[in-house]
Amino acid sequence: MERLSLEKRELQFVKNSITKEYLKSIRVKGVVGFIIFACLVVLSFISIGTGSLNLSISEVVRGLMGNSENSYVIWNIRVTRTLGAMLAGASLGMAGAVMQNVLRNPLASPFTLGVSQGAAFGAAFAIIVLGAGQAHSYGTEAVTVIKSYPVVISAFLGALLTVGLILSLSFLRNITPEAIILAGVALSSLFGSATMFLQYFAQDFQVAATVFWTFGDIGKAGWHENKLMMFAFVFTFGFFLFHRWNFNALLWGDEVAKSLGVNVKFLRISGMFMSAFVVSVCTAFLGIIGFIGLISPHLVRLLIGNDHRFLIPYSALFGALLLLLSDLIARTIIAPVILPVGIITSFAGAPMFFYLLIKRRRF
Amino acid sequence: MLEIKNLIAGYGEKEVLQNLNLLFEKKALYAILGPNGSGKSTLLRTIDRIIKPKGGSIYISGEDLKKISHRNLAKRIAYLPQKSNSTPFCTVFDTILLGRKPHITIEPSKKDLNIVENLIIEFGLEEFAFRKIGELSGGESQKVLIARAISQEPEVLLLDEPVNHLDPKNQLEILSLLKRVTVERSIITIIVLHDLNLAIQFADYFIFMKNGKIYREGDQNIIDESLIKDVYEINVKIINHEGRKFVVNAF
Repeated sequence: MERLSLEKRELQFVKNSITKEYLKSIRVKGVVGFIIFACLVVLSFISIGTGSLNLSISEVVRGLMGNSENSYVIWNIRVTRTLGAMLAGASLGMAGAVMQNVLRNPLASPFTLGVSQGAAFGAAFAIIVLGAGQAHSYGTEAVTVIKSYPVVISAFLGALLTVGLILSLSFLRNITPEAIILAGVALSSLFGSATMFLQYFAQDFQVAATVFWTFGDIGKAGWHENKLMMFAFVFTFGFFLFHRWNFNALLWGDEVAKSLGVNVKFLRISGMFMSAFVVSVCTAFLGIIGFIGLISPHLVRLLIGNDHRFLIPYSALFGALLLLLSDLIARTIIAPVILPVGIITSFAGAPMFFYLLIKRRRF
Repeated sequence: MLEIKNLIAGYGEKEVLQNLNLLFEKKALYAILGPNGSGKSTLLRTIDRIIKPKGGSIYISGEDLKKISHRNLAKRIAYLPQKSNSTPFCTVFDTILLGRKPHITIEPSKKDLNIVENLIIEFGLEEFAFRKIGELSGGESQKVLIARAISQEPEVLLLDEPVNHLDPKNQLEILSLLKRVTVERSIITIIVLHDLNLAIQFADYFIFMKNGKIYREGDQNIIDESLIKDVYEINVKIINHEGRKFVVNAF
């Protein structure tokens, strides 16, 4: 009798401990998120302070408050650049996480599927063919002013075209993840050569406006661009977060997801559609930035696993961190020359891509 | 009660199921038997509305399935497919918690967590609770998937070959678990099985399918040598041993 009650008490103990441990694991994930966020905040201050004029953290803070001689530079050059890098990185990281989920492909990302390249082609098309970019001369320098809405819409259509092709390919039977990536390679080079074709017949100022897309350049981010990127990010982020449980269910395959009440077709198409949207806005303004969307979700998965309640926001945070760091390196590695950030992300990202290819990492 | 009336279903133009009529009662375990391609899996998929029927109706406790949203259906019918994606990175707890998805509005409630916890204990998975699925053996991970289905708290539990590729001990363990769950939770459990002897040992009713039709259905008494020969086109001998039927190959 006593033994029985002891067993019961033990069972009760075990019972409580499982929920407690689960809640603890959730708290740990929360702490991980906070640490990434804190790193991002620190890095953004460093980023604002770094440039041809180096500022200390306290100078940055004073400048941000608006009562120092550096305020103009800080608010109109450094902050916009830092914010632009964070928004683009967050958008790409989040889009990569969702693309990997809905295509069930660890190698999927805006860059490896050719979505970024499709968007860049769309943007170039708008500027060169539709005349959405106009030259203005300020003194000796010709500056191209880009009409943002036609460029963004055209970039979106380019991205959408790519996504449509990828989706219809992935619906075909017996298409392996690797084959999808090969299709992405084909699409990238198709859009790349189409963009070059347009540039060949374009005027000088138009070429200048479109050529940076090949590398990606955070310097193009101004307040207006950041506002649009912010809108696209918040909207898409909300949509993805709303579907976090559906993404978790989709990990187990279409049948399981359907039996858990998920509208799989809608989730897959809208997931790709929204990813294309958020990526095309970034690409229209900042050009093609490779590998952030591929690497960020994988690193987050290593840290906290594959729960999309955390994976989606953390991939965005980590993407922001990675792109900000890359931009900082691009600005300082051979200062005063500022490298296009795409060069840095590709240097860091390509080895990771090989690693994933060789390991065939599943999730 | 689950009622299937004049059900026609299939893929594309092809009709796999032809005019099925079936009735399932609570607290009973049904075994669906028949050769490959006879429509067993299609029947389960149609009951869970993963594929839409081309004709006929299915009623759950008198309610037409067509009129129930997918989300609400997920609270009443759970389905474990023969194969699902391997997601080795998910923990056991998270996997079972996913079964609560149809019930969760924003985040899991205390009740959801309690249900998961109780299932982990009931299925003897305590020591694996926070391990990743990829680290478990075949039998353990199959238990986790079944626990996920049960955590949906369904009225009807559909399982497609849940004990394939498992060793005899795990087969027996899982089927007796399912039998117990069926009675204790007063649900309808429908299992596609290939092993006739396991079916006879655990199922209450038997549905033999051939070419998309019900060949015969009923309790243990319907199983005889000629039925097996007609359905599977093999010769068997049925031996009675201690009040139970055993099917053995006869060459």
